[in-house]
Amino acid sequence: MSADLIARCGDELYDAFVGRYTLAPLAERHPELTLEDAYRIQERFIARRVSAGESIVGKKIGVTSKAVQNLLGVYQPDFGQLTSGMVYQAGETIDLNALIQPKAEAELAFVLKRDLKGPGITAMDVIHATDYVAPCFEIVDSRIRNWKIGIRDTVADNASCGVYVLGDVRGDPRDIDLALAGMVLKKNGELFSTACGAAVQGSPANAVAWLANTLGTLGIPFLAGEVILSGSQSALVSVVDGDVLTCTIGGLGTCRVAFSGKSAA
Amino acid sequence: MTVTLNAEAITRLTERVEGAQTRGHAIPRLTEEYPAMTIDDGYAVQSALRARYLAKGHKLIGWKAGLTSKAKMIQMGVDVPSIGFLTDRMARPEGTEVSVKGLIHPRVECEVAFVTAKNLSGPGCTAADVLAATDFVLPAIEIIDSRFSGFKFDLESVVADNGSAALFVGGGRPRRVADLDLPTIGVVMEKNGEMLAFAAAAAVLGHPAEAVAMLVNILHDLGESLPAGSFVLSGGITEAIPVKPGDNVIARYQGLGSVSVRFVD
Repeated sequence: MSADLIARCGDELYDAFVGRYTLAPLAERHPELTLEDAYRIQERFIARRVSAGESIVGKKIGVTSKAVQNLLGVYQPDFGQLTSGMVYQAGETIDLNALIQPKAEAELAFVLKRDLKGPGITAMDVIHATDYVAPCFEIVDSRIRNWKIGIRDTVADNASCGVYVLGDVRGDPRDIDLALAGMVLKKNGELFSTACGAAVQGSPANAVAWLANTLGTLGIPFLAGEVILSGSQSALVSVVDGDVLTCTIGGLGTCRVAFSGKSAA
Repeated sequence: MTVTLNAEAITRLTERVEGAQTRGHAIPRLTEEYPAMTIDDGYAVQSALRARYLAKGHKLIGWKAGLTSKAKMIQMGVDVPSIGFLTDRMARPEGTEVSVKGLIHPRVECEVAFVTAKNLSGPGCTAADVLAATDFVLPAIEIIDSRFSGFKFDLESVVADNGSAALFVGGGRPRRVADLDLPTIGVVMEKNGEMLAFAAAAAVLGHPAEAVAMLVNILHDLGESLPAGSFVLSGGITEAIPVKPGDNVIARYQGLGSVSVRFVD
């Protein structure tokens, strides 16, 4: 794709994000769009958010479970950028009015205390470079109509990132069995689903290592202090006004989040 | 108890199920011949089956809970789990070869097993009673095998077929319940080196001890109780996965170690 078209697609996504409306899938309108193009569109979309005053605070990893990979026919994860405008503090209520077609995912978040510069990063390096881990919710959202996404559309749309919140419990990865730590997700007090860390690439640390290596190859910085959402351990949960979700990770603790308002779609 | 079948019919069905279990052949659902059969009729057949095995010298060592996930209960239209009895003949040691000879269509499930230190009896047995009476918990693999063609069954038939009980393997690391947060224990089921199922123990009624409490209350309805020293399988945490000779299965549990078996002819 031409640089012009890439910029135009990134701008379309940014405008849809600001205006809270959806677009027809980009890959449908531009069949020639490659995965590399999609990441360049994402770069543009994020550059627009940064020039509007936001800053990069971390990364999210998507397409980490076998089920989602089979669904999209893609056998590696993808990533998006976390920006300052996406952050909710533990205990804050998520405002659905600011979102289009949100769904929640329960994840393990990593916060780095050292830069991770791939390639050549292993899961052991990730643990070594981790300040702490925390249970979290990512509220994914899509600027693509009815979530009709393939891998190229979701990558261009910043890996369908919406907002996120980290629980206020922190764990040291040296104290937690990252692969076997169970995850219990409840919606309004009722059990919704369970999983464990291994559902994400065998271990969430493997997903973060993949990210470090991918970013290193692309020349994108991955720095101390960044937050990494390591990939969904749950099925997507639809949320509406008044809903409360909790996710509890075995040996770590709970992230609780409440929702209010009404999303656009 | 609403047993509707006469003694002759119960004997007929008991012999039919015993024949299928002993010789490893599939039979049609019992409800095809007795459409009005009740769940209590199913338990009457199961009790007669238990009496036959015990008369042959098999030793009753405990019980199993089945249909312990909400999804399965809704699917079967019931609001309580089902139970079955366990004998010494069904036990296999961990880390060994387990023959599938005599099984029809075996499947494996990951479960938390309880060994009791005190007698438990219903009615009104609670999860707290179960935890107070527990000596230790340990990880287990249950090998279930429905004797009904195509694994198609209704609750009445499956209860008569002893809750599809076939074999079980306990192992791993025994733990005191006070040292664990049972609901958030994560579990991974691997077959031939591939991770196939990811869950947390809360998948069993929110807490595996809830399933044991329900089991004790069902035992009361059957005129039985759970003596100290009993072994109880609390219900599948993961979905049931088919196995055949040559398959290696490993169940890994957070904080409880792992249990493995290799299936042979």
